[in-house]
Amino acid sequence: MATDLIPLGDPSLRQKVRLELVVNEERRDLVIDGYKSLLELLREELQLTGTKHGCELGECGACAVLLDGQLVLSCLVAAVECDGRSVQTVEGMQNGPTLHPLQSCFADAGAAQCGYCTPGFLLAAKELLERKPDATRAEIAEALSGQLCRCTGYLQIFEAVEAAAAQLRGGR
Amino acid sequence: MREIRYLSVAAEGPAIRALQADTDATYLAGGTSLLDLMKLEVLNFAQLVDVNAIPLTKIEVSNDGARIGSMVRNSDLALHPEIAARYPLLSEALLSGASPQIRNMATVGGNLLQRTRCYYYRDPSTACNKRNPGSGCAAIDGYNRNHAILGTSDHCIATHASDMCVALAALDAVVHTQGPGGERHIPFAEFHRLPGDHPEIESVLQHGELITAVSLPPPTGLRQSRYLKIRDRASYAFALSAVAAALRIEGNLIRGARIALGGVGTKPWRAVEAEQALVGKPANRATFTLAAAETVRGARTRPHNAFKVELTRRAVVRALSTIRGAS
Ligand SMILES: Cc1cc2nc3c(=O)[nH]c(=O)nc-3n(C[C@H](O)[C@H](O)[C@H](O)COP(=O)(O)OP(=O)(O)OC[C@H]3O[C@@H](n4cnc5c(N)ncnc54)[C@H](O)[C@@H]3O)c2cc1C
Ligand code: SF4
Ligand code: FES
Ligand code: FES
Repeated sequence: MATDLIPLGDPSLRQKVRLELVVNEERRDLVIDGYKSLLELLREELQLTGTKHGCELGECGACAVLLDGQLVLSCLVAAVECDGRSVQTVEGMQNGPTLHPLQSCFADAGAAQCGYCTPGFLLAAKELLERKPDATRAEIAEALSGQLCRCTGYLQIFEAVEAAAAQLRGGR
Repeated sequence: MREIRYLSVAAEGPAIRALQADTDATYLAGGTSLLDLMKLEVLNFAQLVDVNAIPLTKIEVSNDGARIGSMVRNSDLALHPEIAARYPLLSEALLSGASPQIRNMATVGGNLLQRTRCYYYRDPSTACNKRNPGSGCAAIDGYNRNHAILGTSDHCIATHASDMCVALAALDAVVHTQGPGGERHIPFAEFHRLPGDHPEIESVLQHGELITAVSLPPPTGLRQSRYLKIRDRASYAFALSAVAAALRIEGNLIRGARIALGGVGTKPWRAVEAEQALVGKPANRATFTLAAAETVRGARTRPHNAFKVELTRRAVVRALSTIRGAS
């Protein structure tokens, strides 16, 4: 690690900053450009391109990730805010070669067409089902209301989440 | 490329000192109103002082009222069991705003100071007195469908976009601050400023003044309430018109009333005359209609937002009727 880096605490966002965070349960020690958003950190520094660039303004949900377990929009989180924190992205959802039930149910139900919105939906649904395993259709719609999809019309997405919830409750 | 400095602080003192030392610095909370506007180069601060680590995160509810730390997230506040039970108007208003993701990030302090959603304000290629004082107002002669009809001036007609603030206006909240000059306790009606000649100044806060908490008096007689938000789609949209209403009805007579409006005012709009038109009257549709007319008295409309007058009247009648029906 170079020693001439400005330590976290008073970095200029134009300069390099050093961050330590946990991404998908793996510790990462990074030196990045200070101006980057969490979204850019994930995609450009870690090549985790599952998290999508959409509006960049908090309006579409394509960039949603779990930050310390909370669903947030990574386009509106500065990377420097994430020192010492834990991030989960869509890449962390599957268990080895086995897809998460939400992932397989999205595939089975045709809940993805172009797929651009899918990672955000998967994480929003995961966060919901961990909190409310028997969420109703209305609760699912509310939890996903900040995720926009221009292709599916949402019905297949709701059905996929319900199917996954049933599988997860069944202990599979 | 512009240089932006970043400092994370864990206590109020260092936060305030950091802003005192730099007139071009601002506080960063949830970032949902600040970072988008910095990306758009609407706001161009040279330093961000991240206040997320300051532990102003308590919600205290007692018979004396409630005190809510400024760093409490909008989602935590909306779902807090005692807030939901004693101040359902506040929960309802919060849950009608933005999306769960944004509410997880947004703080109480940031929500109070969220910027307008005027399309021209958000577009640096246009004239806007709020963004660039003295440059003019593209909205007045432009497309002004989402703009204000109450409290406007010849210099700005932008709405205050918050839902939470409409409930806080109705609930007589007090904003507590800590700043270079010590503590202040600002009644909600005095916190936001009308645009007047200086639309760029949106609140009475001084540079460096940190919002520490919002407090609410006991909700005496205010539990029968309703937040009604009218918007272009059923979720995840800003209000075209919103009504926060509470009634205390005894027998058939209205003994107490609160009404505040969102989506139509240049600041969260308390409709005091409408409240006065309700008190002492029978709780029926005729009374509600008279009060509704009071809420928009003096409205100044523009070509594309004149519909908000009738929309607001009807929303007020509906909100009051719903409360009446439930009581
Ligand atoms: C797509 C989208 C849709 C939305 N829809 C709605 C909606 O329907 N209804 C609604 O009400 N809102 C809506 N919002 C707005 C949202 O509620 C606000 O952006 C949010 O409340 C701002 O809080 P924050 O903590 O993120 O503030 P920040 O962005 O961090 O800060 C906003 C301002 O407040 C200042 N500030 C923050 N904390 C303090 C403090 N403690 N003391 C002094 N100054 C402080 C900052 O310096 C900054 O100027 C929406 C936002 C987006 C992006
Ligand atoms: S209404 Fe206000 S914010 Fe919008 S363009 Fe005019 S001055 Fe700017
Ligand atoms: S890219 Fe973050 S919300 Fe659209
Ligand atoms: S599948 Fe294309 S945006 Fe949702």
